[in-house]
Amino acid sequence: MKKQDENRIKQLLQQSLPPVDPASEPARDLWPAVLRRLDESEAPLRATVGSAPRAVPWPHAVPWFDWAILAGLVLFAISFPATIPVFLYYL
Amino acid sequence: MPARSENVPERSDSVPEPSDNALNRFRLGDLDAFESLFRQHQRSVYGWILCIVRDPAAAEDLTVETFWRIHRAHDRFESARPFEPWARRIATRAALDWLRARRPESKLATSDFDQDVADLPSKSTPDPGIAAEIRLKTAQAFARLPPNLRVAAVLSVVEEQPHKDIAAALGISVGAVKLRVFRAIRLLRKDLESQGITP
Repeated sequence: MKKQDENRIKQLLQQSLPPVDPASEPARDLWPAVLRRLDESEAPLRATVGSAPRAVPWPHAVPWFDWAILAGLVLFAISFPATIPVFLYYL
Repeated sequence: MPARSENVPERSDSVPEPSDNALNRFRLGDLDAFESLFRQHQRSVYGWILCIVRDPAAAEDLTVETFWRIHRAHDRFESARPFEPWARRIATRAALDWLRARRPESKLATSDFDQDVADLPSKSTPDPGIAAEIRLKTAQAFARLPPNLRVAAVLSVVEEQPHKDIAAALGISVGAVKLRVFRAIRLLRKDLESQGITP
């Protein structure tokens, strides 16, 4: 490409896309928007870091082996009802 | 390197560097120091982004995005280095992301080109000797260029920014900037020739 062609293209480009005025500034104060953007990005983080541990629903809050011991005791009491007073005495 | 004309004020290095104390406090996450840096640099960052994206509303949104990115990266800022070039580099990356996400020509094809030019704050007026249709086709052909070539070309050819400033903002060498500008001009010429416009 010749230097002359290159200069013509550059001139055409300058005419098609006029240079921006260096004194241009935003039409509004952007600081509130920056603060909102910061809040939006920090909100999910606060939700995971700052909140209390999530409560577990009731049946899952008790470990399974506690339920197994309770079931064994109930079965034992049904099979041998005479032992119930002895258990109650030692409780 | 293109010579900047005398009547165009220098955009770069016009903002005085903030004090070391403010920069150190910003680095530690102090919001007041960040606000002070924002007040000091928002105009230059906005102006730089506007040169790249050429859309005042988008430039405002990208200025907010840039300062959000700056705040997010505060602990990576080296307070011994100047703030302005670092901010400009982040701004350039945000503007490039915006250009990549935007479909080429999406705005130019649907709206009045002359109105868009009139909305852009500019001191120069188009040469009446060049038909509006040719200017529109040139702008459309320019919008079809890859974003990284477009940024280098618009900053160098249209805005007449020094190559070293463009190189610093893009994170590339001065030679790479010159190469991108050359490739942009060559592709633009081919595109215009295919449309029957011979410069």
